[in-house]
Formats: sequence, structure tokens, C-alpha cells
Amino acid sequence: MAHLMNLVLNVWRQKGPKDQGRFVRYEAKAISDHMSFLEMLDVVNEELAHKGEEPIAFDHDCREGICGMCGFMINGVAHGPARSTTVCQLHMRMFKDGDEITIEPWRAAAFPVIRDLIVNRSAFDRVIQAGGYISVRAGAAPEANSVPVPKPNSDLAFEAAACIGCGACVASCPNASAALFTSAKISHLALLPQGHPERTDRVRKMVAQMDAEGFGHCSSHKECEAACPKDINISFIAKMNRELLTAMTVAPNDVKSRQKG
Amino acid sequence: MELDARAPTGPIEQRWNEARFKSKLVNPANRRKYKVIVVGSGLAGGAAAATLGELGYNVSCFCYQDSPRRAHSIAAQGGINAAKNYQNDGDSVYRLFYDTVKGGDFRARESNVYRLAELSVNIIDQCVAQGVPFAREYSGLLGNRSFGGAQVARTFYARGQTGQQLLLGAYQSLSKQIEAGTVKMHPRTEMLDLIVIDGVARGIVTRDLVSGKIVAHTADVVVLCSGGYGNVFYLSTNAKGCNTTATWRSHRRGAFFANPCFTQIHPTCIPQSGDYQSKLTLMSESLRNDGRVWVPKNVADLAKDPKSIPEADRDYYLERLYPSFGNLVPRDIASRRAKDMCDQGKGVGPEVAGVRRGVYLDFSEAVKRLGRDTVAERYDNLFQMYERITGENPYEVPMRMYPAIHYTMGGLWVDYNLQSTITGLFVGGEANFSDHGANRLGASALMQGLADGYFVLPVTVANYLAGVKPGAPDDSHPDVKRTVLEVEARIKQLCAIGGKRTPDSFHRELGTLMWDYCGMARTAEGLKFALGKIPELREQFYSDLSIVGSGEELNQMLEKAGRVADFFELAELTCLDALAREESAGGHFREEHQTEDGEAKRNDEAFSYVAAWEFTGETNAPKLNKEPLTFEYVHPSQRSYK
Repeated sequence: MAHLMNLVLNVWRQKGPKDQGRFVRYEAKAISDHMSFLEMLDVVNEELAHKGEEPIAFDHDCREGICGMCGFMINGVAHGPARSTTVCQLHMRMFKDGDEITIEPWRAAAFPVIRDLIVNRSAFDRVIQAGGYISVRAGAAPEANSVPVPKPNSDLAFEAAACIGCGACVASCPNASAALFTSAKISHLALLPQGHPERTDRVRKMVAQMDAEGFGHCSSHKECEAACPKDINISFIAKMNRELLTAMTVAPNDVKSRQKG
Repeated sequence: MELDARAPTGPIEQRWNEARFKSKLVNPANRRKYKVIVVGSGLAGGAAAATLGELGYNVSCFCYQDSPRRAHSIAAQGGINAAKNYQNDGDSVYRLFYDTVKGGDFRARESNVYRLAELSVNIIDQCVAQGVPFAREYSGLLGNRSFGGAQVARTFYARGQTGQQLLLGAYQSLSKQIEAGTVKMHPRTEMLDLIVIDGVARGIVTRDLVSGKIVAHTADVVVLCSGGYGNVFYLSTNAKGCNTTATWRSHRRGAFFANPCFTQIHPTCIPQSGDYQSKLTLMSESLRNDGRVWVPKNVADLAKDPKSIPEADRDYYLERLYPSFGNLVPRDIASRRAKDMCDQGKGVGPEVAGVRRGVYLDFSEAVKRLGRDTVAERYDNLFQMYERITGENPYEVPMRMYPAIHYTMGGLWVDYNLQSTITGLFVGGEANFSDHGANRLGASALMQGLADGYFVLPVTVANYLAGVKPGAPDDSHPDVKRTVLEVEARIKQLCAIGGKRTPDSFHRELGTLMWDYCGMARTAEGLKFALGKIPELREQFYSDLSIVGSGEELNQMLEKAGRVADFFELAELTCLDALAREESAGGHFREEHQTEDGEAKRNDEAFSYVAAWEFTGETNAPKLNKEPLTFEYVHPSQRSYK
């Protein structure tokens, strides 16, 4: 049977990037413990709309923990108190009647607030654009089984590739570092033979882009790993660093970078 | 209007090759002069944009999410079919073709399906080369599993996240082209209308979801890969943002909408827990391999702890009704039987709106037979997901399941080249109607999206462009300006209603109506009732809608309102199509048309056609155009799973 609870929410409201922003207190009444956290916000938003107040803006889409669109801080913890769980999969049974909950957006210079709990994460896209791919034209691929990949490498590559790009790692890092995100893609592709030809250029370019976006450095606080809804392991950051050191000992592959010297 | 499918003739194995050879080409030096618009960044759209970019066209790609990496293809769990025959178990391109035509209950075009099966092998090559980490065996070679509707193991997978890995592969290729400057990405941008000049698609009108700005984008060709319309039912396994606006607005501009009543229900989803429910979560069908489906025999037991109900008082109804297939009957049958049980008042779980809608999926026998470790090895991630959502542990308490809308086979009508009835408007992926007939087999959606995106559209769009002079119309063209003004007026209209009800409350009501009368089982009477109700509700929508805030800013209520407005119109067409199709086929079950055993009964004499609906104006009834289907290779037969 469903249990109902009353909660107090302190929600960050901010009209736009230039607005000062502030916490606003809302009461959430008769919330069922079977609701997801976002369904609880839906209920609050319906009530706000009925009163003619602007609903709280938040990003979400699949609501099954895989698209990576949702995410904000709940009582200072990215995606809230449940481990390995995005906020859309967090259910209200994690809370109890009378709880006071603080909700605020990811905070990082590289993720400017767009409105309320919505931030701009396009920096992540630019990090991938800098080299987070294998260059293969459609139609140019060899027969799939022509290159065997040892199962342990393939499995580990999958673990890295499971990243959903939500940004919780950046939000929970005291330095707002994107090392976990970036290293996951670098590791995924470096672990596969298909990724080897571009390996050294890839790590150089992606790390340079990560720095250019204003993300901080990794100083091994490990907060990212604890907050990651997909359990991406921080050993990938070590792998990224090794990849980078190796890359620095060889000349760039692409002629343009070589000429720049 | 005569519908020309432009399907090639001749031996089916040679048709795609023949079509490719006959396709015109664009000189590499001229490609950048052609502007291509791709709407959507899922498997079909992402792959098409990346590939057309690689070829050197000047591509713009649009998505409503904050990044192309988030399109709903990402949520596909199971896998992707390909006729590689790596298992040496007798698979072939022809067999995949055969299974897909049969699985679609003989309502798909043979030429298209054969091409899909043929391209399936190239897709796997492409994805592996991109670094998609498919499951492998200890040899280092690719692994396969079997999936519903097939007796061979041809499904490639990446744990329960195949869609995610394939989409990230396409996203990475797209990212490379964005960096190279051949693709311009427009995230957080929603297409609200199609620009048609002299009967030819020449661009789209979009709304910037952050600034609210309405902008016209003109081009030489428009490619829609904007997904399905499952959210017309409000509760579905689709992402919250999935909508029909791009396809519906194109329909209103002249693109025929085909077979909207072919919608697919997935039998194993977590049941609704309350009226606040915002979406339904699918649990992989593989659970039925070891779980046993049952409901209590006695109404008095419905609310009891299931473990306390003795074996003799349980009705394992699938095993009773289908002794040879048991719990493994196809999706549509498993779904309908679950509905029957609940309609008879034998459902379990919480009452929502006065009815218990759930059946047990019980693993206690599997745990006894195989041991908890083996069950965990097979299903632990699913069990964890179930527990996260319901708070119940499936090792201890039987799961509760209920069917939910999952995929829509219908969509914009396209010919063999994936061109709609509007010249210059191409449609790929779930947004078109083409390959799955009345029912889609598991692990075939990913295959179709990528086949369209990587291999079909790049050929057929080039063929189209080779026949037109490059040069997108100017923004000052009267038809461009008129379309922008119409979009702006529509937004103003929605914002100005000033009523009391939110877009969500209308969407919920529409969804319930659709699910009750145009869901798993349909009757003429019910459909007529819905067809009376929908216009009433729509009228209320236009008189009592409330939107807080304006159109000139980020406004999620406004986004929803625009989508719901289009769902209303699509809902009506879907009911009309379901009413007109006096037969049962695949996902479309009309209670009047069933065999003595309660199975779907097709009427091949009268309904072996694609129903392509034509928009004829705001107040006029849509016109039905028929594309007859002929079967030269796979001859229609009745399914039986007894």
C-alpha cells in the first residue's frame, strides 16, 4: 500500500543565465512513496500552474535512467541519495514524511544555468567532437568478425562506454573536473583495436578541449565515481593519464598538428 | 491519388543493387552546394546526418533534447538482428526477410523488407568498426542470442543497453562531422512546421526551446527521422518528449499517414502505481523464459500476499491456454490475455481508477529449479531495476506486469526510396511506416533505423538531389514567411486561451480514452465512441487550456501544449484507421474479427493493403488511399502458437 507524505522543498529558481537566482520554498503534499522524484516534481508543478505560478523547469526525457538528460543536486548529492541511480529512477520511498529537501542545479563554470534546474552541458558534446570517435565512413567497414577482440577488453570497453553523459561527475567534483566523463570515452576507444590508429591524437585533443571548456583538474577526490549513476570506475582516469603520457612521446598523426609543432 | 511505391521488380535479391545502380549521383565537388535538413538525431536521423555529412553535403540536424546523444533510440534494451549466420544455425538474408514479413502479419512491402534484411549484415560491420562494444565470446568473436519470433540466434547485443551503444556509435560519427563542419547541429530546437513551395518540401520552421525564437530553415531536401507516436496514449514506454508534431505537421502539408492503427504493445512492463504516473517502464521480454505468469483463481485472493496463495488456487493461464508455447507466446497474445484476466476482475496489485491492472510473473519455481545464482546471472540487472521502481524484491515476491504501448509501426507513407507523398520530403526510422507491417519483431527497430540512416537515405537522397538544382529558397519567399506567421499565430493562440487546465491533464485524458478504446483490443462500438469523444475533448482543450508564461522564453508547458494539440488530431485518425480496418492483424486486434480460439483473424481478400490517409482540410474527413500489397515470395498464412 502506498504511504503518503508531506515534504518541504527548497528549490533553486533562476530565470536565465544572467538572473541572480534564489531558493524558493514549496510544500509538496500527499506525495506517494511509489512516485519517482520527477513525478513528485510533476505534482508540484501542476499545482504551481493551477495557481498561475511558473512551474519549475527541469530537464528529463526517457525517465528510465539511460538518456542522461535529467540530473540535479538533492540535498547536495548529485542525483540524490540512492547509489547507481539517476534522479528519474529515484523513488520517494527514499524519503520520509516531514523531510526538507534542497534541490539545485549542477554547479560548474562549464555548465552555465539556463533556467531553474536546467544547465547547458554542450561542453560535453564539444569534448566528444574533439576526437571521441573512430573515423570510419559508412560502407568502409571490414567484416565484423575479421578483427577478434579479447572478451575482457571488450567487456571493459563496455563498462566505460556505459557513460550516459549526465554531468553528475562534474557536479560532484570539488574542482568541477570532467575527467571521469572524458576518460570513459578515451578508455572505451583505446581498449578496442579499432580505436588504435587514432589513439594518440584522440587523447591529446580531447584533453585539450576538456581544459579549454573550463573544467577543473582531477585531484582524485573520487566524488565522481560515488555519484555516477552508471558506476563508471575512476581507474579510467588513470588510464586516460597513461594514454596522455604515451601520446606525448610520439609525434601527432595528423599533419596539421605536426606543422604547428 | 495513385500511390506509386516505386518498388523495383525482378528477382528480389537483385532489387536493391539494381536500384542503387539506377540512382543518380552528385559530383563530389557539388555536394556542399546542397543543403540537407535532418530532423531527429536517433539511430535513423543521427546515422543519416553523419553519413550525408561524410559524403560532403551541407547538413543541418535538429533535436529537441540538449544533445543528439539523448534520442530515445538510446533506451532500446534487447538487441539488433542481422543475418550474419555466425552461429551456423541456418540463418540467411532470405530467412530474416521471411521471418520479418511473417512476423509483420503480411502487411509490409516485400521489397523493403528484403533490403532491410540484406543491409543488416553491413550494419553490424559498420557498428563494430565504430567501436560499439557488442557482446563477445571468449574467442574474441561476436556473440548472439535468440529473440522472439525466430528459431535462429541472430541478435547482436551489448548487455541490456544495445540501443545506447548503437546510438552513441552514430552520435560519435555525427560528432566527427560536426567538428569537420559538414553538419551543423541544432539541439534544444523543435520542428513545428514544414515549408512546402509548389508542392516541394523546401525547409522547416523551428522553435528555439531556450529563447522561444521561431526561425525558418530552408534547404534542398528535408529528411524526417523524428520517431514514433506512442505517446498519443500518454502512458507508454516512450521518452516524455517523444511526439508526433514533425510527422503530423508534415501530414497536414500533404504527406500521407499510413496505418496509424498499427501500434505495438509490450507485454512485460511495470504496472501503473497511481494516477500521477508519468511513464511506464519496460522489462525485457527475456523474463518470460523463466518466469511463470499467473493470477489468483478466486477474487477473494486478489489482495492477499501471493506467497500465501496455494498452487491449486493459482491460474497459470498462458500454460493452460497454450500448452505448447506456454509463457512464451508472442507479444500480442501475451498482452491480450493479461488484459482479459484484468477485465474479468482477476488483476492484482494496487487499484488505479477502481481496477487492478497487473498479473504475476513468478520466479519462485525458477529459483528452486536453477538456484538463485543462476537466476541472478540471467536477470539480476532487471530485478534490481524492478526493485528500484516498485520497492519489491522479485526473488521474494512475484513481479507484477502489465502491457504498455511500446512502438508504432504506422507512420508517414514512403515509397521504396523513403520519399513521402511530398516531393523532397524523406522519412526514416520509426517515423515512417515501411518495414514492420502490422507487428514489429523484437530487435528489428534498431536494424531498421540504422539501415535507413547509414545505407538507404544516403543513396536515395543523393538520387533526388542529383535531379534538382542546388539553391535553398530565400527567407523572404512568401511561402516561407507565411509558414512562419502560421506557427507564430498557433503559439499565440495556445498562450492566449487563458483557461484552467494544464496540457498534461488533457494529455492524460486523451491517453486514457485511446488506451480504453483503441488499445489492445478494439471494437467498432468503442472506436465510434472514441471518435465522438476526442473532438469534444479537443474543443475543451482550445477553450480551457492554461499556459503560464509566454512563448518568448523557455516554456515547457507550451512545448507540451503544442505536442498535445497534434496528438488530438492524430488520435482521431488512428481511431478512424482502426475502425476502417475490419480485420485483426498484428498489433491491431478487432474483437469482431477473431478465430474461435480468440486469435487475430486477418482478411487478406479485403485488407491486404497499406491504408495511406490524406489530409483534406481542417473540417473535411481524411481520405483513404490504398497501396495494394502483393506477396510474390512469402505467402500469407495464419499464425498458430497452440
